[in-house]
Amino acid sequence: MRALVAMSGGVDSSVAAALMVEAGHEVVGVTLKQWEGANGEMPVAGCCTVGDAEDARRAAAQLDIPYYVLDYTAEFRARVVEPFGEAYLAGLTPNPCVECNRTVRFDALLERTAELGCDVMVTGHHARVRRSRDGYRLLKAVDASKDQSYVLYMLGQEELSRVRLPVGEMTKVDVRGLAADLGLRTAAKPDSQDLCFIGQGGYRRFIRDEFPESVRPGLIVDRDGAIIGEHAGTVDFTIGQRKGIGVALGEPRYVVGIEPKSATVTIGRKEDLLVSGCRVGAMTFVAGTQPSDAAVEVKVRYRSRPVPARMIGAGTDWTVSFDEPQPGVAPGQAAVLYRGDEVLGGGTILQTAA
Amino acid sequence: MIYLDHAATTRMRPEALEAMGSVLEGVYGNPSGIHSVSQQAKNALEEAREKAAQLLGADRPLEIVFTGGGTEADNLAVAGAALAGGRRGGVVTTAVEHEAVLATGEFLASLGCSVEIVGVDSKGAVAPDEVADAVGSDTAVVSVMTANNEVGTLQPIRKIAEAVRGSWPNVAVHTDAAQAFVSEDVTVDALDVDLIALAAHKFGGPKGVGLLYVRDGIELEPVLHGGGQELGRRSGTHNVPGIVGMVAAMEAAVADRDAFRLRISAIRDDFEAAIRSVHPDVQINGSVDDRLVQHSHLRFPGVSAETLLIRLDQSEVAAAAGSACHSGAVEVSHVLAAMGIEPEAAGECVRFTFGWDSDAAQADEATALVSDIVASLR
Repeated sequence: MRALVAMSGGVDSSVAAALMVEAGHEVVGVTLKQWEGANGEMPVAGCCTVGDAEDARRAAAQLDIPYYVLDYTAEFRARVVEPFGEAYLAGLTPNPCVECNRTVRFDALLERTAELGCDVMVTGHHARVRRSRDGYRLLKAVDASKDQSYVLYMLGQEELSRVRLPVGEMTKVDVRGLAADLGLRTAAKPDSQDLCFIGQGGYRRFIRDEFPESVRPGLIVDRDGAIIGEHAGTVDFTIGQRKGIGVALGEPRYVVGIEPKSATVTIGRKEDLLVSGCRVGAMTFVAGTQPSDAAVEVKVRYRSRPVPARMIGAGTDWTVSFDEPQPGVAPGQAAVLYRGDEVLGGGTILQTAA
Repeated sequence: MIYLDHAATTRMRPEALEAMGSVLEGVYGNPSGIHSVSQQAKNALEEAREKAAQLLGADRPLEIVFTGGGTEADNLAVAGAALAGGRRGGVVTTAVEHEAVLATGEFLASLGCSVEIVGVDSKGAVAPDEVADAVGSDTAVVSVMTANNEVGTLQPIRKIAEAVRGSWPNVAVHTDAAQAFVSEDVTVDALDVDLIALAAHKFGGPKGVGLLYVRDGIELEPVLHGGGQELGRRSGTHNVPGIVGMVAAMEAAVADRDAFRLRISAIRDDFEAAIRSVHPDVQINGSVDDRLVQHSHLRFPGVSAETLLIRLDQSEVAAAAGSACHSGAVEVSHVLAAMGIEPEAAGECVRFTFGWDSDAAQADEATALVSDIVASLR
């Protein structure tokens, strides 16, 4: 089998490539150039840098596999970065990793995989693919603390039939151990933390630089509409945020709403964050068909646990009702459906229900 | 591997390897010294300079300035002429120049020099009149490449120099002949310019060595400051083995030039005809009639150049697209953009460039592989 391995320059994808080589496959390594600075070169600091590509190249050389850098800057800007900016403009909390996986990695690159004469595409994601009698299933990673199945919910049967995620079967400790045993230079490289295209200034700085029109000052109000203060731009706020609101009220206050048209930020108490459910759009199911049972678990942020819920709807539009009210449910984020270890599907949160 | 990326760089010619080898082994002296170890190196250096001057048809050996490559030679020519005598002289150049010239222009603009960029036609050629019209009273230097490194289009250098000098006799005319030297008559007489930049590795010499021909009387502000070598025009201890290797490659290239033109143009024309017989919609970029014999820049409609290049590499054929950047990703070419080719079409263009070690059997094999891979991608 010929395998195309998407190598970021990190330890996971390096080990993914090594595992495919070890299994006797013919392996081609690629790094996606997704972002560039004003001078047209890959950034030198942060993630997605020239240094990362160089780490990937050197790891590929150690594994004695061909390696290429593919230019996806135009696709990445049009399909990930621009929508990211627009989502902030609309007062949403977008998840660009989901969009990147949906539109670049598991779409454009998967298409390229066949064109490059490869049978499967391999990434270093921590999640598992299983083939069963009923088709392909997407499961959480063996290492729960590193599980990335949340950002892969959009994968369907077609994609999963051509995707391999070998490091999802291993703990991160074992991944690093294997990398060290193989002498891979990426063995001790720290995990990437922030979004790949956002530099050290953080995403707020990024939005200000790239989408200056989105930075509109406005009012901070309480749940009753009373004006409590002013802010320099809605970009500084996300649902559930406590720190940096810029008003002192003696007790903790949280961002509970962002109204983009008037640039109004509503703050409230912790209990005001609780919502009973949400509307979810653009829903897709891994199996291709909706689950037979409406009782599911839903994960509404990358860093949260799936919680029990019921889903009602059809096609791509669904309503999810949590068994217990949940905090920090932000329109724009992904709502991902699980049953135990298995990802059933997911969609984008459109609206919350009090 | 069938190597069809000679415009990027070439394998060393055996003559250059041999000449360099003996210097690397035995001649280690610094030419700027008094003792016999230095003198040995100085002799090798000056012998190389004399040969280079002769091969370029220069009047005097000291019109040759050795540099650390083609980029440095272009920098010295353009910035050196613009900044000579403490001035902030203007630059006139074209939209299809190598970055070594264009980026130097940007740097000079940041210092307050005027920089005029003349456009090209759809074949990548510049009109002599347009160049001359862009020259003004503050212009110090005109820089137009002898032939384009991407599409291979030849520029009417002699006519450009004539048109410029007709109105502005004191403006220096520079040409980057790095890509053209292997196959074109690159001499002072043929081109009639004041400055000529060469890069050794484009014609079978080593990397990191180049030269600039500087017509007697042309004043240049140095780019590298230091010990005052090369009459103060280029400081830094001489790369004696590199210089000797470059000049040996020049000699070999000039001796081989007529045969190269005949042999390589036949190989290139057969290559293009065979691909176009299978894929009639494949287009030739640049000037079909007035281009370097070793260049074939083709557009494969509907095929991603990036994908094609990787598939070719997997089949042991090395070719190129656009110009390479640090990461190795393919960038959209400023040359194709200047020729009015849309980004989408530019992304379907691949450059095949033949060289001194290319042969017809390899070209035939490459032709079949290109045709097959393109067919499979459609």
